[in-house]
Amino acid sequence: MSEHDIDARRLLCPMPVIRTQDKIKTLTAGDLLTVTCTDPGVTSDIPAWCRIHGHEVVTTTTEGREIIITIKVQRNQA
Amino acid sequence: MLATKVIMDQGIHVEGINFFTGFCVEGHTHAIRAKDKKKEKRNNALWVAEELGIKLHIIDVIEEYKDVVLNPKHGYGQNMNPCLDCKIFMVNKAVAWAWIEENDFDFIITGEVIGQRPMSQRKATMPIIARESGAEDRLLRPLCAKNLPPTLPERENWVDRDQLFDFHGRNRKPQMALAESLGIKEYSQPAGGCCFLTDKSYANKLGDLWQSRGERAYELDDIMLLKVGRHLRPAPHYKLIISREEGENHYLTGYQHEYTTIRTVSHGGPVTIIDGTPSEDELLFAARIAARYSQGREAESVTLSITPPGMEAVDVSVPPLAVTEIPENWHV
Repeated sequence: MSEHDIDARRLLCPMPVIRTQDKIKTLTAGDLLTVTCTDPGVTSDIPAWCRIHGHEVVTTTTEGREIIITIKVQRNQA
Repeated sequence: MLATKVIMDQGIHVEGINFFTGFCVEGHTHAIRAKDKKKEKRNNALWVAEELGIKLHIIDVIEEYKDVVLNPKHGYGQNMNPCLDCKIFMVNKAVAWAWIEENDFDFIITGEVIGQRPMSQRKATMPIIARESGAEDRLLRPLCAKNLPPTLPERENWVDRDQLFDFHGRNRKPQMALAESLGIKEYSQPAGGCCFLTDKSYANKLGDLWQSRGERAYELDDIMLLKVGRHLRPAPHYKLIISREEGENHYLTGYQHEYTTIRTVSHGGPVTIIDGTPSEDELLFAARIAARYSQGREAESVTLSITPPGMEAVDVSVPPLAVTEIPENWHV
């Protein structure tokens, strides 16, 4: 298990979703990916993408204008 | 959504592909503008995929799409929309994605209906899209298949042609009736524009950008900024992008390291960024324009800070420009 980060600040949807999707393709089951965003749309879009592809949103937190989403990668679901 | 459901109901595995060109209407303006805060911020493609229970692959085609916008072989529609070339491009990208061994799909489906769009969805354009995209007869349009020659999936009986449809024309009632019969109650607005290139105002701004730079080229930030704020061009070599509300203030502030930024200090007001190369006198003039859109528009003097990228802010006090001093033709 390893931990990874993406800086998706200033990107508007769907770019944070695309960055998340493309990063997860390179990860393995059990890895954690933390995505930092500023577009409020990600609170809907990233969890939706994770549900569709079978990954788990572990936490969603907000710090000021930043939204931080941590995802646990599941097996062969990209 | 309907085309996918019709094919899924024949027991066929379907996955969705959604292309992000940079010109998509969805999401961005709602995300930026505070006035749209009450609107649900969801990506419709993701929502549809989840409703249907299929995977959705979102593909960034921003760079490759530039050639479609700049050099459309089949020309533009009413504004800057290269609809036919766009369809050919997207089906071609879908083919490239679907045929690779890792994905190994047998054919492509689209929701096209003959006669639904004046430029790209005519009977004459359907074979052009199939041929020039490289999909050939592996491109199936389930909603109007019966108006077209049988494709490979139909001839090979992978798909039952009898269960496909013969929709045509601009009337959406048959699709609505089909949606109801399939139990689909919510769907995106039929005929709703999903591309900024079909928007006259946006197309004007894009044309102005190219004219001012002396070349037809763009980067993602350029086309994103065309979606935000008021655009005023007092001279060919510079323009102001003035926020209209809080959400746009935040968005334009994100560009402060790349563009000269003007903020009002003595009064509430917009964030303004300057695209181009104004002189010092012209920057002061730009500050007067920005002051016109602040709460100090009636004051004798408004103090604003001007911050060039990577430099210290300089405060200036200027009289706001009167409304009558802003010619209509400055508005891009």
